[in-house]
Amino acid sequence: MVGLGHYLTVAAILFTLGIFGIFLNRKNVIIIMMSIELMLLAVNINFVAFSVVLQDLAGQVFAMFVLTVAAAEAAIGLAILVVYFRNRGTIQVEDINMMKG
Amino acid sequence: MIIQTIMFYAFSAVAVASGVMVVSARNPVHSVLFLILAFFNAAGLFVLMGAEFLAMILVIVYVGAVAVLFLFVVMMLDVDFARLRSGFLRYLPIGALIGFILLAELILIFGSWELAPSVATAKAAPMLVGGISLTNTRALGDLIYTRYIFAFQTAGVILLVAMIGAIVLTLRHRVGTRRQSIAAQLARTRAQSVEVVKVRVGEPVDGV
Repeated sequence: MVGLGHYLTVAAILFTLGIFGIFLNRKNVIIIMMSIELMLLAVNINFVAFSVVLQDLAGQVFAMFVLTVAAAEAAIGLAILVVYFRNRGTIQVEDINMMKG
Repeated sequence: MIIQTIMFYAFSAVAVASGVMVVSARNPVHSVLFLILAFFNAAGLFVLMGAEFLAMILVIVYVGAVAVLFLFVVMMLDVDFARLRSGFLRYLPIGALIGFILLAELILIFGSWELAPSVATAKAAPMLVGGISLTNTRALGDLIYTRYIFAFQTAGVILLVAMIGAIVLTLRHRVGTRRQSIAAQLARTRAQSVEVVKVRVGEPVDGV
């Protein structure tokens, strides 16, 4: 019988993979953004699992908003990436230092 | 029930495996394709849980829009991805360590999860159990167009701002491209553009 714990474990593994991916591909912004998408997916799985177990639809509504924000984030992030590549000719994270931050 | 269990393990195994491939693939295009596979399997998990609408939204929004956007950018940018992978092995131990610690903590937390007894009475939007049957899509629609209408509208505004932002960021006017200027076209008069010349035989035409 598959219960709440199983789904939460899958989500935890996916979330950890996202963090692991950020550590592993520290130079490649595209893979970092994909890792963020993976983490948001794990969060969504958590939302839906709790929503189903508690018989409360608010979790699924919230998962939908997470999806919306993730889509907006991907669009803006990739637009910034394209503009950055156009100006500098590279997407190395370490080269992003024009603002001396 | 046994089929559901088998499907759960199949979907989650493929999702986790493709998640591993997303972060470790050599070629970013493969990364995006494995991301799509992970999203499909997560949609399968959603269907197993009974959240069909979110599963379909996941396929449409993530696979249809976000992943294709990623694929488009990966293929459009002419980046030396091999150079970006340098240092991959250097960060592997620390990343694995932190990931392992985090995973152990999360599993410890979720493994010992107990729902409080008061949770049953504190539902924000309880599902209707028994009695009238409502599909998942219908129930969600009933909710987001009534109680969560402002949040729903805000989500729309977020998408609008994202769209405008992406267009403003990537729009550029190249120097030297010849664009149509409607105002200049409409402002032309006959005197500026047409000249009637009397041509005499055997003589050159002045000013041409």
